[in-house]
Amino acid sequence: MSGQGEARNVDVSQVLRKSTGDSADSLEECLAVRDLDLYYGDKQALKGINLSIPRQRVTAFIGPSGCGKSTLLRCFNRMNDLVDGCVIDGTIALHDMDIYQKSVDVADLRRRVGMVFQKPNPFPKSIYENVAYGLRIQGVNKRRILDEVVEKSLRAAALWDEVKDRLHDSALGLSGGQQQRLVIARTVAVEPEVLLLDEPASALDPISTLKIEELINQLKTNYTIVIVTHNMQQAARVSDFTAFMYLGNMVEYDKTDNIFTNPAEKQTEDYITGRYG
Amino acid sequence: MIQEVESHSHHISRQFNIELEDVKTRMLEMGGKVEKQLHDAINSLVSLDSELAQRVRDDDNLIDTLEVSIDGQCSRILARRQPAASDLRLILAIIKTIRDLERIGDESSKIAKMAIRLSQDGDLPKGSGEIQHIGELVRHMVHNALDAFARYDTDSAVAVTDEDEDVDEQYSAAIRAMIDCMQEEPAKIDSFLNLVWALRALERIGDHAKNISEHILYVVRGTDVRHGGLNR
Repeated sequence: MSGQGEARNVDVSQVLRKSTGDSADSLEECLAVRDLDLYYGDKQALKGINLSIPRQRVTAFIGPSGCGKSTLLRCFNRMNDLVDGCVIDGTIALHDMDIYQKSVDVADLRRRVGMVFQKPNPFPKSIYENVAYGLRIQGVNKRRILDEVVEKSLRAAALWDEVKDRLHDSALGLSGGQQQRLVIARTVAVEPEVLLLDEPASALDPISTLKIEELINQLKTNYTIVIVTHNMQQAARVSDFTAFMYLGNMVEYDKTDNIFTNPAEKQTEDYITGRYG
Repeated sequence: MIQEVESHSHHISRQFNIELEDVKTRMLEMGGKVEKQLHDAINSLVSLDSELAQRVRDDDNLIDTLEVSIDGQCSRILARRQPAASDLRLILAIIKTIRDLERIGDESSKIAKMAIRLSQDGDLPKGSGEIQHIGELVRHMVHNALDAFARYDTDSAVAVTDEDEDVDEQYSAAIRAMIDCMQEEPAKIDSFLNLVWALRALERIGDHAKNISEHILYVVRGTDVRHGGLNR
C-alpha cells in the first residue's frame, strides 16, 4: 500500500492536474504542511504528513477514530501546544508564515485560524455578548462598531433572522443547532482567514445538520474551511477536497468527486464503501 | 486504480453484501432471458417459425417487467445505502446495463416481427444466410458481455468491443448484398426489406453488447470509455 509508512507529497497543483472543474489560477495555497510528525509522548500520532490546503475551498479530513484527523486539524491553530508531552516536527505554513516559529503570537494565530468544536460551547452570556466577545478582548468597545459586527456575523452564520429580536437573551436558551451557528458567528466576528470545524454537526439533529452544511457552503466564499467529520456523506456533500487518513498516515488526498467515485487507494475504497480491510 | 473488483462482499454490513449480490444476480438472470429471446428470434426467422416468433413477441413484456423491477431495486439501494466508489459504479452500471438488455429484447422482438411477416410470404428470400451469420456473431457478443460482467473480466469486455467493429463491417456488406438482390428481383423488395430491418436490429444489438462491455470497464477501472475510444 503506497500510503502506508511513507510520506506522500500531496499538493494542490498535483491534485489540480487531475481535476477538471477548477482552473489552475483559481486555486491558491492557504495552508502548507511539510513532513509533519507529531508525537504524544512515545506514541507517534502523525507520520510524515504532506498536504496543501487551498484557499477559500472546503477540505474534509475523513478516517476512522484514532487516525489522526483531529490531531492534524488542531495543529493548524496550535491547539496541541496545550497537550502535555506533545512534540511536533516539520512545518506548517499559513501563507508564508511558519506557524510554529517562536516569534508567532499564538493568540493572533488563533484569531486568524478560528475553531469550532463538536459540542456547541457558547459562553453563559447573552447572544450579543457571545458574538461581541472577540472584539471586546481586542479592546473594541464602540457600540456602533459592535452592533455592526454582531449583525454581520449573525447574518453570516444564518442566525440573524432567528435571534434579532432577542439579542440580549442568554445564549444558553438557544437550541443546539442555533448554539452551533452562534459559535460560528462568534468565530467569524474576528474575521479569521481559516475556519477549523471539528465534527461541527455530529451532536445535531438532521435539519440543524443541513443548516450547518448550507452555512459551510456560503462561508467558503470568504473563508478557507477545514472540516473533520465521521459522516462520510457529509464530507461528500460539503467538501471540495477530501483527505483520507489512517493510522497517522495521509493515505489519499484528492478532489472529493474522485475520492467518492474512484479512489486510487484500496484502503480509501474499503473505508468509504464500508468494508473491512 | 482498483484493477480487481472482487465479489461485492466484505462489507461490514452483511445485508449490503446480500443486496448488491442479489441485484447483480437478477441482472444476469435478465441477461439470460434476453439471450434466449435473441436466440429464438433468430431461429424463428431463419426457419420461418411464426409460432416461435409470436412467443418471442409475447415474452418481451417479461423483459420489460424485469427492467422496471431491477431499476427499482437499484433506486432503493441508492436511497438507503448511499453507495460510494466501486459499489456506486456497480449500481450505475447495472442501471445502464438493464436498459441495454431491455433494448436487445425490443430488437429481438422486431426480428420476430419480421419472421412473422416473412412466414406469411411463404418462402425465405436470398440473404437469410447473412442473418444467420451476423446473428451468431451478435449472440456471441451478448453472451460474452454478460459473462465478462459476471467475472469482471476486462479483457473479455475489450474483446467484445472489438467484435462490434467486425459486426458493423459484415452488416455493411450484407446491406450491399441486399441492394443487389433487390435490383435482381424487384418483385420481392418487400421481403428483402424485412430482412434489411432484421439485419438492422442485429447491428443495433451488437451496439448494445458493446455498451455493456463499456459499463464493465467503468465498474472495474472507474474510467468512462464511451465515445472517446478505449483506454486500454
